[in-house]
Amino acid sequence: MRVAAIILAATTAAALLAGCSDSSDSSSSPSSSSDSGKGKPKDPLAGAPAAGDTVVVGSNNFAESVLLMDVYGEALKAKGIKVSYKPDIGTREITYGLLKNGSVTVLPEYNGSLLAFLDKAAAPTSVEAATAAIEAKLDAKLTMLDPAAAEDKDSVTVNAATAAKYHLTSQSTIADLAKVGSQIVVGGSPEFQQRQQGLVGLKSVYGLVPKSYKALDAGGPLTVAALKNNDVQAADVFSTDASVAREKFVVLQDPKKLFGFANVQPMVSKTGLSPDGVAALNAVSAKLDTKTLLDLDDQVQNQKKDPLDVAQAWLKSAGLA
Amino acid sequence: MSIFQFISDFFRDSAHWHGQYGIPHRVLEHLQYSFMALGIAAGIALPAGLITGHTGRGGNALALIATAARALPSYGLLVLMFFWLGIGLTPVMIPLVALAVPPILVTSYEAMRTVDPAPVDAARGMGMGPVAVLFQVELPVALPLILSGLRSAAIQVVSTTAIAAIVSLGGLGRFIIDGLSQRDYEIVVGGATLIVGLALAMIALFWLIGRLAVSPGVRGGR
Repeated sequence: MRVAAIILAATTAAALLAGCSDSSDSSSSPSSSSDSGKGKPKDPLAGAPAAGDTVVVGSNNFAESVLLMDVYGEALKAKGIKVSYKPDIGTREITYGLLKNGSVTVLPEYNGSLLAFLDKAAAPTSVEAATAAIEAKLDAKLTMLDPAAAEDKDSVTVNAATAAKYHLTSQSTIADLAKVGSQIVVGGSPEFQQRQQGLVGLKSVYGLVPKSYKALDAGGPLTVAALKNNDVQAADVFSTDASVAREKFVVLQDPKKLFGFANVQPMVSKTGLSPDGVAALNAVSAKLDTKTLLDLDDQVQNQKKDPLDVAQAWLKSAGLA
Repeated sequence: MSIFQFISDFFRDSAHWHGQYGIPHRVLEHLQYSFMALGIAAGIALPAGLITGHTGRGGNALALIATAARALPSYGLLVLMFFWLGIGLTPVMIPLVALAVPPILVTSYEAMRTVDPAPVDAARGMGMGPVAVLFQVELPVALPLILSGLRSAAIQVVSTTAIAAIVSLGGLGRFIIDGLSQRDYEIVVGGATLIVGLALAMIALFWLIGRLAVSPGVRGGR
């Protein structure tokens, strides 16, 4: 009985708090619970909408996403906007839901992977077309800001030993690897197994059917270590990953654009960000190119600097803070 | 409660019941890893605990080892061993064995120490040698406590074997790790339910072993 009373009190308090905060926030919660799962029970990790005028900047669970989160957050802070961080939330499957229900306001995204997540059939031929295609499928409460020039894609990357054995160079394509696919063990994240931009697409687009698949982490230290030790011969490593240069990995060409475009692009909730905030993030995108991103990644991943310090230093040097 | 709907959906889906990714195969993998770790741990800890308990020497050193092994975080040890040894069973076995050794070691030592000295004296008085005393008197009397140590080790190992999935091995952890990253909570809840079920099955298994192996006199004459 006492437990029930506490739960009741907590629920009432939460409802009151939600009522006090922005009314547009609370109106979004019923719709998100209805469209979150056709006939399935409510998502237990859905979270609660953010309160007040604080902008919640989130990130997916890998180093570069955390770094970009810090870049966006610090750029907003420089414009006097209140910011709170939610780093390392999880995969896109989770973060997309959190933006939809208002728990997170800003998230660094990659246009191509996001589009493949929203619409498996889409095959845009330019960055502008990619943004338009995303907006067409995106939840009505969300929008995309300007894309940056910086690109970081999923890739099929082989280690130095495999490259030497099958004569693969940085000019070789995934199709060249497909010819010896039956001898190749591929590693990557558990979600890579089920995605179009993953094993599904590798089979249908390039005919690559590996000997087996090892589910590890999303381009993280486990995948890199397995590739380095030749436990897997090829892996899904992000193309700006600091380990590629360090371990002499070979990133294979993707001429059929399976992994498509992968420009860094902020995904934001329409109601959560002021025009000042939008301008601040677009200014960041205008200055962020692949070379800059590789350099920032290198500082965080190889030189082990704190991503927040790296973000602040770059914003200052770029005149954005 | 939605959790029960997740569970029933998971177990009713016939696709979950066959093949390399099916429930029977995953349960088998899980038990295989668990019993392998338990076997290795028992092979190390039982003789060490029995001998130190029997002779009464080395108890402090043993307590130190057990405490140190208990303080090792399984997840951290797993990732560390993976970086060192790569993909395979060994990096998974090391944290699981480190987890299972302390309860077996401590209880088998204590079991031997707390054997009633009167029957041991009587056995010696009747002319039994040290080996006969150990195997025919001390061990049967100490057996219930030794089994309880093995049981706690088995429950802990079966619950923790889920971490094998982090480094791409099979077992029931596969359902949890894959389900979380693919946002399929039905699989997550189903896998967790199976692990809980297996842990409970360990209690039943050791109850049965106790019934069969422990002498009725020690068990309390029932």
